[in-house]
Amino acid sequence: MIPEIGHFALILALLVALILGSFPIIGAARGNAVWMGLARPAARVQFFLIAIAFLCLAYAFASKDYSVSYVAANSNSQLPLRFRIAAVWGGHEGSLLLWAMILSIWTVAVSIFSKHLPDDMRARILGVMGLVSVGFLLFMLMVSNPFDRLIPAAMDGRDLNPLLQDPGMIFHPPMLYMGYVGFSVAFSFAIAALLGGQLDSAWARWSRPWTTMAWVFLTLGIMGGSNWAYYELGWGGWWFWDAVENASFMPWLVGTALIHSLAVTEKRGSFKAWTVLLAIGAFSLSLLGTFLVRSGVLTSVHAFATDPRRGLFILVFLVIVIGGSLALFAWRAPTVGRGGKFGVVSRESFLLANNVLLAVASMSVLLGTLYPLFLDALGLGKISVGPPYFDTVFVPLMTPALFLMGVGPIARWKNATVPELALRLRWAFAVSVATALILPLLLGHWTPMIGLGLFLAFWIFAASAHLVRQRLSGDVATLLSRAKAVPFAWWGMVIAHIGIAVFTLGVTVVKGFESEIAVRMLPGDVAHLAGYEFKFEGVKDSVGPNYTASRGQFRVSKNGEERTMLFPEKRLYTVQNMPMTEAGISPALINDLYTSLGEPLDGGAWSVHIYHKPMVEWIWAGAALMALGGLMALSDRRYRLRRKKLTDQKILKATR
Amino acid sequence: MVLKARHKRFILIAIGLILIGLAARLILNAFQSNMVFFYTPTQVEKGEVPKGTGFRIGGLVVPGSLKREDDGMTVHFVITDTAKTVPVIYKGVLPDLFKEGKGVVAQGSVDASGLFTASEVLAKHDENYMPPEAAEALKRAKMQGTSSLVMPK
Repeated sequence: MIPEIGHFALILALLVALILGSFPIIGAARGNAVWMGLARPAARVQFFLIAIAFLCLAYAFASKDYSVSYVAANSNSQLPLRFRIAAVWGGHEGSLLLWAMILSIWTVAVSIFSKHLPDDMRARILGVMGLVSVGFLLFMLMVSNPFDRLIPAAMDGRDLNPLLQDPGMIFHPPMLYMGYVGFSVAFSFAIAALLGGQLDSAWARWSRPWTTMAWVFLTLGIMGGSNWAYYELGWGGWWFWDAVENASFMPWLVGTALIHSLAVTEKRGSFKAWTVLLAIGAFSLSLLGTFLVRSGVLTSVHAFATDPRRGLFILVFLVIVIGGSLALFAWRAPTVGRGGKFGVVSRESFLLANNVLLAVASMSVLLGTLYPLFLDALGLGKISVGPPYFDTVFVPLMTPALFLMGVGPIARWKNATVPELALRLRWAFAVSVATALILPLLLGHWTPMIGLGLFLAFWIFAASAHLVRQRLSGDVATLLSRAKAVPFAWWGMVIAHIGIAVFTLGVTVVKGFESEIAVRMLPGDVAHLAGYEFKFEGVKDSVGPNYTASRGQFRVSKNGEERTMLFPEKRLYTVQNMPMTEAGISPALINDLYTSLGEPLDGGAWSVHIYHKPMVEWIWAGAALMALGGLMALSDRRYRLRRKKLTDQKILKATR
Repeated sequence: MVLKARHKRFILIAIGLILIGLAARLILNAFQSNMVFFYTPTQVEKGEVPKGTGFRIGGLVVPGSLKREDDGMTVHFVITDTAKTVPVIYKGVLPDLFKEGKGVVAQGSVDASGLFTASEVLAKHDENYMPPEAAEALKRAKMQGTSSLVMPK
């Protein structure tokens, strides 16, 4: 009964989404206030209905209802409750429901925080979001219904893929989807602006906080995923250029370009058409990413052969969204008009250059991700493009981008001069070159890549330090009050840029100085790596809720002094009879020590993988700083002020 | 020489386009030189594979073929597409789902004696999941197998 309620709620949600996607947009075109006014209540009702559907599915998982085919395929009676709930988004159908749910959350959020927008603009934005929602709900109801019954019901479920039975599964997908779907807001703002022909700086100002918010979620989502892969897969890697990862990285690159481009559009009125294009691009890549990961096309392009309707629907949906918005863009963009003029050397130019670099980088990822799929789909052979391709491409593309990050914030808008910039950045440059040359020698060895990475990281540190000093220079007595006067958004920018530097430093050091060994160890054996001794103290059996495990014990010491204990596990998940490696990690600021158990060998020996990962944690710390910077930008006074002014107006109205 | 603003803009756009062109060239070059092709054991046997450069092979691990050297870390096994076989040597920890009789993909290169030295062994995370490359190898061998059925016994 409960699943049928969920199914019915989805059908009603589709009807409401159809209303939301049609009346307000038509009303905006005709100036019909009543039709436009439908947008807000429709957004709320839609959220309510999808939330009911979502709760129904979660209930089916929690109550172990194996008469629902999706539940039976992704859960098991032995599975702990928290993973049974997370299993809601463990497969294709449930992921789509999560997507639709999050879209409805963003839609309601826009309907609440858009009181300052003109009525027609708000109606168009909510209407476009409603149209996207129609696509997803229709897709679910037609070909991917999570509430389909299994007759007869299964005795027990096939279990959630053991790889996903991890706290990472609870947070990572919702975070990532908040980011993906969040770009639908920027997209809807852009489409609404195109429809209304109001591509002015006001549009950019309204769109900015939403875009930054989505970007923060996406950053945290990718960070979480990378960290999860690091400790879960047992290979010590943090990024594999896997198609699944690329699918989330492409919207991030374009989204990063978008938040910078929006800043220029708001402040200077330039880049309008480019900004719109990026907004369309970020959301299109989010859609593509969702479908790439969740449709099974990556496992095999022939996965759709079993249900060709799914593939057809996705293709048609993508063509309508991407093709339709690009066509609208082509039709409307010429009327946008040019923004303010700017010189060759100016902050606008530097931001534009970085925008182009980010866009080109995302296109190179797109090529490396999709081309093998195309070849395979057309029957032209199977190829794979691995990390070497992406490494080769990213270093030359990101080097100028990171360099310009140091220059851009210091350059003046409209017109700057090279000699002046050189003069102001000479110390930052000297410091970073010296660091790049000397630091590696202290650490052990120097390679061009280590030198380049350190140069770029310290370049950003030093240029940011210069930027802050310049902003706060003056009388010491008034320093505090002047620091308070600096907008939060500006601090957010500085923090996010420092995040990039921290990230770059982490990547450079871990790539340049990491070491690993794979050895056969008997209990009592000692392995040596990077000055540490790893004493293998044998393996004990242990039992989890739905798995049995061999738990290894390593005593790690340096120069005879005990440092830490590591407990890597080899688990066997009993339902799917699937072995899983749980790495034993001691995370630290400077050195991660990482062990994973391979397989049992003769005579109680095990094959063991030991890694030494210097400064690997800085990679995620950098990403966290980027997200923090985004949050600071969001908490900027001007966003709060506007809301305050708004409430003042309300009070005024009420008292009148 | 004083350039008119219009000329200046034209030159800038030209430089921009040239830079984007260079970037595109860089990307395509990197793409071409880092593509890893996939071959079946039958193709390896026939010598249709590149010498010296790496490629991927896929198939099933022949049951009973897994042997370890005394160091415990160097393994030998044989990959088959059910028609032909390729001996493989690999030094390192095998992935969780590596099992005799199950699908596997290996990346590496082949020497003159036909021994495949793997730098990477992949087995994906699902008990029943067959790596697409392995499935393809079996399919191709089967297609050739069906044609051989026509021959008189």
